[in-house]
Amino acid sequence: MTEVVSPRLSMEGAGAILLDAAGAVFSDDVQARIWAVAAQMLGVPGIAETVPGMNNLMIVFDPLTIAPDRVERLLCDAWQTVVPDAVAGSAVDIPVVYGGTTGEDLVSLADHAGLSVDEVVRRHSEAVYSVAAVGAMPGFVYLSGLDPQLAMPRRAVPRMKVEIGSVIIGGAQAGIMPCTAPSGWHIIGRTEVPLFDPLRDPPAACRPGDRIRFRVVEVKR
Amino acid sequence: MIAILSTGAVNSVQDLGRTGYLDAGVGRSGTMDAPALEIANLLVGNDKGAAGIEVALFPFRLRFEADAVFALAGADCPATLGDREVSGWWAMNAKAGDTLTLGLPRSGARALLAFQGGLEVPLVLGSRSTDLKSAFGGLEGRGLNRGDILSLVDGPRKPLKMDGGYGADPSSLRGRPTGKDDVIVLRVLPSAEYAAFPAAAIARFHDTDWLITNDANRMGYRLSGPELSLTRKLELFSHGIMPGTVQVPPNGQPIIQLAEANTCGGYPKIANVIEADLWKLAQAPAGARLRFVMTDRDAAVTALRQERAFMAELAASVSLMRGWM
Repeated sequence: MTEVVSPRLSMEGAGAILLDAAGAVFSDDVQARIWAVAAQMLGVPGIAETVPGMNNLMIVFDPLTIAPDRVERLLCDAWQTVVPDAVAGSAVDIPVVYGGTTGEDLVSLADHAGLSVDEVVRRHSEAVYSVAAVGAMPGFVYLSGLDPQLAMPRRAVPRMKVEIGSVIIGGAQAGIMPCTAPSGWHIIGRTEVPLFDPLRDPPAACRPGDRIRFRVVEVKR
Repeated sequence: MIAILSTGAVNSVQDLGRTGYLDAGVGRSGTMDAPALEIANLLVGNDKGAAGIEVALFPFRLRFEADAVFALAGADCPATLGDREVSGWWAMNAKAGDTLTLGLPRSGARALLAFQGGLEVPLVLGSRSTDLKSAFGGLEGRGLNRGDILSLVDGPRKPLKMDGGYGADPSSLRGRPTGKDDVIVLRVLPSAEYAAFPAAAIARFHDTDWLITNDANRMGYRLSGPELSLTRKLELFSHGIMPGTVQVPPNGQPIIQLAEANTCGGYPKIANVIEADLWKLAQAPAGARLRFVMTDRDAAVTALRQERAFMAELAASVSLMRGWM
């Protein structure tokens, strides 16, 4: 059991509070506590939304219904007392075509890692990733669990258009593009699995706590 | 029904925004000037959250294909219904065939139009607002084009008995319209990294009349002014951000996140514009100047409470007026 550190609280206006429990490196234990506190706070009258980030949590509320300092007290209490249970997240299988024109950075990432292309694909597809948070753009998953040797700093100049379904690596994080958008991450493959559909509810295919595995469909040279 | 005659693609169907999906990465959207839409809706007898049109590109023209009741609010723009003048913060009857024209604002940047019944577009994730960035909601997930036809929600229509209509006086809530050279004052609360900035940067943040650059849209405004630098680079994990969050990216030039902000970001946050002042940004065009003044949380909550009280009073007096006007 890791020690429960005191999180830092700050304001984002009168109606949102950010709890930051991040240390120097991302912690899966802290993240499990984030999810548990989020679930508990969502049951408090006046709390509108909870937004888990990476080892942090934003609470959005109506300050005319619940006083901000009361939210802070409840949040600190919850942080100290909550019991993070093993999140029963779903297992999500993401079939990937690696490399080729829809995975154009696979070779340069392998060069950067000092590994063969096959070894990069093996390490990327054998890891089990945890969905830490969903956000930034609709349906975008922040994944923990990338093999550290596959980490690669983001491109100095982002691409203006990275296609939907692109399987990407940025810094120490793995991700998947839920829509076509600009990105500075490296593209190593492509999946056909839709990650976001506004006409579905819930609209995002993955939730925090889900476990993702990438499955090799093909490696294109 | 309403036919759009001239518009720009940044004009869109908006309500008070989408809530409950931030943790799926879905941002608020909704109008940039929520109090203006709310007032316009109350004037025509709608619920405050009915869908209307946010007009940010002028001139804007539409034709009523059936009798309707509408209200104009937000930016102070010259407006006509046929050959009659239309006042802001005012509800009036329109006849089938009437053309409504909104000209370039004398003050402000966004006009809001509400229609009795509200615009009939599908609810997507609980809201009729257009998310232009992600292309869903509103009318087919996009801004308005010439030739678009918008329907109103079915229901009993109650035309105003007096054709001149009636209005609201928002000056107790919003002050006087600002002139072109006025600096727009925004009240802010410190956010997580405020204290991490050196005193000189904090002083510059508060003492500068920040310029809104042309890189300003519903997602956010990039500002230009002296560089705000940290003494050491902060590496932050991705975290939730709100409309009103003022970030300072590595180039030291602040960004204010707005209605279509991403739900999470990673740049240091120096401050947040308080909720009750966000409408001022909706009415601040590119080229306008902003100043950030520190306030406290009690004042920010009090400002919201005043806004709520204003709306309650307006709703009560509109229902009285609708009895006899």
